[in-house]
Amino acid sequence: MEINLKVAEAPTRENRLGSISGYSGTLRDAAQKAGCGGLGNRERCFNQASLCNAGCAQGMVCGILDAAVVNHAPVGCTVDAIGASVVRKYLGMMLGFEPRNAQFVGTNLNENDTVFGASAKLRGAIIETYRRYHPNAIFVSTSCVSGVIGEDIKSVIEDLKPDIPIPVIPLFCEGFKSKIWATGFDMAWHALLTGIVKPPQKKTNVINFINFFGSEKRQITELFAKFGVEPLFLPAGTTVDQLSRMSESIATVSICGTLGTYLGNGLEKQYGVPYVQTLRPHGITGFEEWLRGIGKVIGKEHEVENYIALERARVLPELEKMKQQLHGIKAVVGMGPGYTFNFIRVLQELGVETIWASAWHFDPKYDKGLVVEDLDYLVKNLQMDIPFSVSDQQNFELMNVLNTLKPDIYFSRHQGTTVWALKQGTASVCVMDEYTAFGYNGTLNFASMILDAVTNRSLANNIAKRTKLPYTEWWLNQPNSTFLKKVEV
Amino acid sequence: MTNLIDQPRYVCALGAMQTVSSIERAVPILHAGPGCGAKLSLGMTEGNGGQGSGYISYHIFPSSNISEKEVIFGGEKRLKETIENALKVIDADFFVVLTGCVSEIVGDDVQEVVKSFANAGKPVIYAETAGFKGNNLIGHELVINAIIEQYLKPASVVDKLVNIWATVPAHDAFWYGNLIHLEKLISEIGLIPNTIFGPRKGLKTIDKIPQASFNLLISPWVGLKNVELLKQKFGTPYLHYPVLPIGPQETGNFLRTVAQFGGISPSIVEAVIKKHEDEYYYFIERAADTFLETRSIARRFVTIADSHYALAVSRFLVNDMGLFPAKQFVIDGIPEEYKESVSNLFLKYNHGIQAEVEFSSDGQDVQEQIRKTNYYGRPLILGSIWEKVLAKELMGHYIGISMPVSQRLILDRSYVGYDGALRLLEDIYSVVLETSI
Repeated sequence: MEINLKVAEAPTRENRLGSISGYSGTLRDAAQKAGCGGLGNRERCFNQASLCNAGCAQGMVCGILDAAVVNHAPVGCTVDAIGASVVRKYLGMMLGFEPRNAQFVGTNLNENDTVFGASAKLRGAIIETYRRYHPNAIFVSTSCVSGVIGEDIKSVIEDLKPDIPIPVIPLFCEGFKSKIWATGFDMAWHALLTGIVKPPQKKTNVINFINFFGSEKRQITELFAKFGVEPLFLPAGTTVDQLSRMSESIATVSICGTLGTYLGNGLEKQYGVPYVQTLRPHGITGFEEWLRGIGKVIGKEHEVENYIALERARVLPELEKMKQQLHGIKAVVGMGPGYTFNFIRVLQELGVETIWASAWHFDPKYDKGLVVEDLDYLVKNLQMDIPFSVSDQQNFELMNVLNTLKPDIYFSRHQGTTVWALKQGTASVCVMDEYTAFGYNGTLNFASMILDAVTNRSLANNIAKRTKLPYTEWWLNQPNSTFLKKVEV
Repeated sequence: MTNLIDQPRYVCALGAMQTVSSIERAVPILHAGPGCGAKLSLGMTEGNGGQGSGYISYHIFPSSNISEKEVIFGGEKRLKETIENALKVIDADFFVVLTGCVSEIVGDDVQEVVKSFANAGKPVIYAETAGFKGNNLIGHELVINAIIEQYLKPASVVDKLVNIWATVPAHDAFWYGNLIHLEKLISEIGLIPNTIFGPRKGLKTIDKIPQASFNLLISPWVGLKNVELLKQKFGTPYLHYPVLPIGPQETGNFLRTVAQFGGISPSIVEAVIKKHEDEYYYFIERAADTFLETRSIARRFVTIADSHYALAVSRFLVNDMGLFPAKQFVIDGIPEEYKESVSNLFLKYNHGIQAEVEFSSDGQDVQEQIRKTNYYGRPLILGSIWEKVLAKELMGHYIGISMPVSQRLILDRSYVGYDGALRLLEDIYSVVLETSI
């Protein structure tokens, strides 16, 4: 399905890409079935709480420095403002902009509103938000309740046009709409592409850098300067004006394939900004391929090769030594699909064997029908096939796997997931920062982090000794796929 | 004042999942959207005092993860299979089904579904906690009422046994420390405390609730509906003590009031009070130099906190520490029916001192008011993470005491009683000292 910016909202990943959240098998099998279009979803008849796309959608836009979010929802949904605010202050400190609370309010839908509607309330909230913060854009995010009771967000926004001279953009992210929270990224990008980005006036030397928090901003800015280009880390930490000019950039890259597909391909389709589709810059192979991909697009292939040669000479000898120590370590990985595939590759480079991988969802392809490069690389280059499951953070399945396989280490990337492996007695590392294992230095740091974690297992051992897992013996002895239903047609 | 939620300081009724998970080996089963568990829990736990998992966390909570299909066709079947399988997979003693917004709007008959598990071998109850019904403090009351109505059985009364109900688990990052301290104080005057949250409690102590000779509710308003229901159902009388006691004056008053209600002789209580006050004042006498001679602290303070802490901390700072209350802000979404009685409590400090109080859910508006207030020096700001930037801007002294306390790790810390007051002073004056170097 083509990206269509004429419609109000992006179709869900399930509908657009055929993405799934339930599968159990192997990596090669999943990739092969995906290629043939036969990878159907397996629903579960038992689920644990997962996440909804509103978190991803709001999480993306609330990092825009001069924008505000109005969440048309009961108060609970607006709790995202707390995390957004903590992150915003952290980013301010790290990246050098004013640390301040997030501009993220909620309409506080109550029981009456579910009966009589709350358009007036939404209208008032948008006007008050504009008065209060003078933002340069307002995103109006929806919720399960606003969706189910049929609130007409578009009309409220349309009616406000004469009063509010800035883009007011709907962000459709009802939680029940998609099992795949990454759909929320696409909803946010759709809002940017339809409400913020303007046609180019000129061409610039800027590379749109889609990422989450931008902790490597300084290093990458210096690196790109060597090649005469300038990164724009987005969306967190940007201004509405900067985002409006994404169409003028020389190229777009994304730190994560899952994150960037809709925006990268949307900018390419609408404005001809090339989306650099390579492996992601984690580990040595990924970083080098990524950098070469950028070099090619901006015509700096020679400079890139010189840089790579110098860095290899500097870092590889030390990395080789660490690899010898890491050899033979067995790992289980549980992350979003982009990072799961990336980190299987990085671990293989370091000599760590992935004995099970789980991805929180699975995209058979990216937008524009593009192949999922990081998966494709694995299928072509893996020494052995890997047992693989797709689960929307279903802890019971993962704990079952860890309990059976007892790996040396578990790699997570999401809040609240790491500790459970630890309780089971597995040393655990949370790849919280998206730039973990980025480039040469990052890979070295990551290798050292793994070594430290598997060498000093005190915390894992101590906690596991005193912890009873909240699962029945019966469950821990079942196959992990027990509650997966048959493939839906 | 607006109806806007700007800077949320509570979540919705479904946040009561944390009330359930604070009961040992109890598990909430969510009949809600896929993101409700993580969103609300993160705000209430990891984002609030670094409270993380325990025996369970939101990643463990069974959930129907409602999708478009259930919105259209209803979710009863989905809920039924979720409960059935939860009973097989999760090792727990007590299951509480909590409904979210969507299932209540589409009209699933949750009561009927839950009834079908009457013979499941383990108790399964339910509470209707749709987010649009109110906040998590209301949700907490709904869950406790569900336990009272659907689980508790009448029992014969045990003399001196007292159920203690205080601050709300998870919402108050200090909830566990508070319970430990309250239990200790109550034991010292010869009563037998019973609480249901935290380790080594669970169904064992829940079963004892109807045996209590009285319920002790230490709360401005949260929990009143529960003790009233207990009175109605089991005839258990209750003592409503509205102020969380911090420091000698309030704690002394608290102990005397409880003792009188519980038929404990004054001589026992006075001895306990004297012992504690002697210990307490040993430290205060020493620290008074610091209180008096730091260069930067003024006498005015402001709380932006839930009604528990706005009241408790202001009582302590005024009545024991001689500070002066500026306008106080209560931001816990207090229901209309309690506003008058709670605001009256802010009129009864020593020396006829009174504080103006405002109830609001609009943090940004509150902060605007604080910006415009003259504190006649550097203000002491007791609030949440939301006040951090404001405090810096105003060069105020600041500590987080009320949800969300995202900048602190709270384990067994408590500001209750005599020891708690010392901890609060350590925390406040460490900030003051830190600022002055």
